[in-house]
Amino acid sequence: MKVLVAIKRVIDANIKVRVRHDGSGVETANVKMAMNPFCEIAVEEAVRLAEAGAAEEVVLVSAGPKQAQETLRTGLAMGADRAIHIVTQEPLEPLAVAKLLAAVAEREKPGLILLGKQAIDDDCNQTGQMLAALLGWAQGTFASKLAIEGETARVTREVDGGLETVALRLPAVVTTDLRLNEPRYASLPNIMKAKKKAIDAVTAEALGVDIAPRLEVLKVAEPPAREAGIKLETAKELVDKLINEAGVI
Amino acid sequence: MAVLVVAEHSGAGLAPATLSTITCARALEQAGAGEVTVLVAGAGCRGAAAEAASIEGVAKVLLAEDGAYAHASAEALAALVEPLAPGYGHILYPASTFGKNAAPRLAALIDSQQISDIQEVVNAETFVRPIYAGNALATVRSKDPVKVITVRATAFEKAAAGGGGAPIEETAAAGDDGLSAFVGAELSASERPELTSARVVISGGRGMQGGENFKLLEEIADRLNAAVGASRAAVDSGFVPNDFQVGQTGKIVAPELYIAVGISGAIQHLAGMKDSKVIVAINKDEDAPIFQVADYGIVGDLFKVLPELKAALDEAKGG
Repeated sequence: MKVLVAIKRVIDANIKVRVRHDGSGVETANVKMAMNPFCEIAVEEAVRLAEAGAAEEVVLVSAGPKQAQETLRTGLAMGADRAIHIVTQEPLEPLAVAKLLAAVAEREKPGLILLGKQAIDDDCNQTGQMLAALLGWAQGTFASKLAIEGETARVTREVDGGLETVALRLPAVVTTDLRLNEPRYASLPNIMKAKKKAIDAVTAEALGVDIAPRLEVLKVAEPPAREAGIKLETAKELVDKLINEAGVI
Repeated sequence: MAVLVVAEHSGAGLAPATLSTITCARALEQAGAGEVTVLVAGAGCRGAAAEAASIEGVAKVLLAEDGAYAHASAEALAALVEPLAPGYGHILYPASTFGKNAAPRLAALIDSQQISDIQEVVNAETFVRPIYAGNALATVRSKDPVKVITVRATAFEKAAAGGGGAPIEETAAAGDDGLSAFVGAELSASERPELTSARVVISGGRGMQGGENFKLLEEIADRLNAAVGASRAAVDSGFVPNDFQVGQTGKIVAPELYIAVGISGAIQHLAGMKDSKVIVAINKDEDAPIFQVADYGIVGDLFKVLPELKAALDEAKGG
């Protein structure tokens, strides 16, 4: 089975983003970028499937400007075999990304597609589900456990009330939650080896996908700031404030 | 046109997040988006349909009873909603794991770019939604003829039952495509209020040092009828299950009172609780970022402060 893993380059999770003064978006110039943390978990899971003999090939795919190749190299250094870079300078919405990925899936014919459940920049949580719909495949979202059993993927999902397990007919789309695994750090020899692995470039036009945005961003603003309150010395004082000042207990 | 709310429910009744989504739908109605229909799909869900019908402002309830919807499969739900979609200008789901799973599948089938997790309706085509863990708010306009939206429950009041008398119309099931089969569920059993709808939440972080110490939080929770939550650090350390997690990638809560204990206040955690009305922080590190958003803070050892807090609550209750 071939496993396709879609990954996204985002502002590093540890960076505090700044909203641009003109309200057009957040500042991305000279900001540290990294692979979306949920995508790292997806790459790790695919590599583990390969190591366990359940996958023959792990193919990465990312859409974006040329810097997306750095993110693909990171995934190759984690152990993926090769990568596909969908080259575009345009901002991409989840539906457009799902259409691009569906076009790649038609060419590559993977048995399983792994994605992060959510990108930590736009916080949309849409692409995997949309991709499954476009391909007419089953979806296993927010996975904390994945087992391939013949023609079935058994996925344990993190849901609001606890855990739910579903059996998906393969090929299927699975999106990763935090507890699925702990991604490895790439070793130096693997980083060197990754430099020799192939990254094929393809354009959105070549894939025949219309990526024009559907949503118009009118404004991006800072949320109202919360002001720091007061420090208290004792729990007794706290209870008194909660009853008599805040009126919440 | 009209507004369709796809309900999350327990069979017997609607989920609290659905009640908030109905309030959002009514805001759209006032913005000229048309009347509100609620779709209840499940197996044995007449109770939930009756509750939806009783809510003021709900014009119609669609009921689809079939085994295919017993576990809210996204595949089956999307197949059910897709043929209904052209009759609506807006299709809303709560932004719970139910809606996050189901809505994008429908959106792709009808070629609509979903708008996730909206917290404000500006007008019938313009919405405000948080991005970057709530560190920025984007105002976006959609021109898609059918707008698929998930609604942040904490941003809208829960619609109250009563005052309505909508007809319940049965709708034919779309059947099961056999793509996905439900195997089982391990749901957390708790006597406590549900995390996302509790009036008071007390959460523990890495500072709790171990799962066994969460009983210190439970003792406080007992006295305040509170839900117990956790930071991602506490979940990653294995202190408590993931469904306790409050934050960007966990649950979003906005209770009247949020008590953060041994939580430093990473932006990812703040994203899940900073809209709480009153925030209390207990942490031994006086420079912890959680104090920047807390209304009341106590700098101290939680293992000393929590027993004192318990005693102070008992004393206040006694007096």
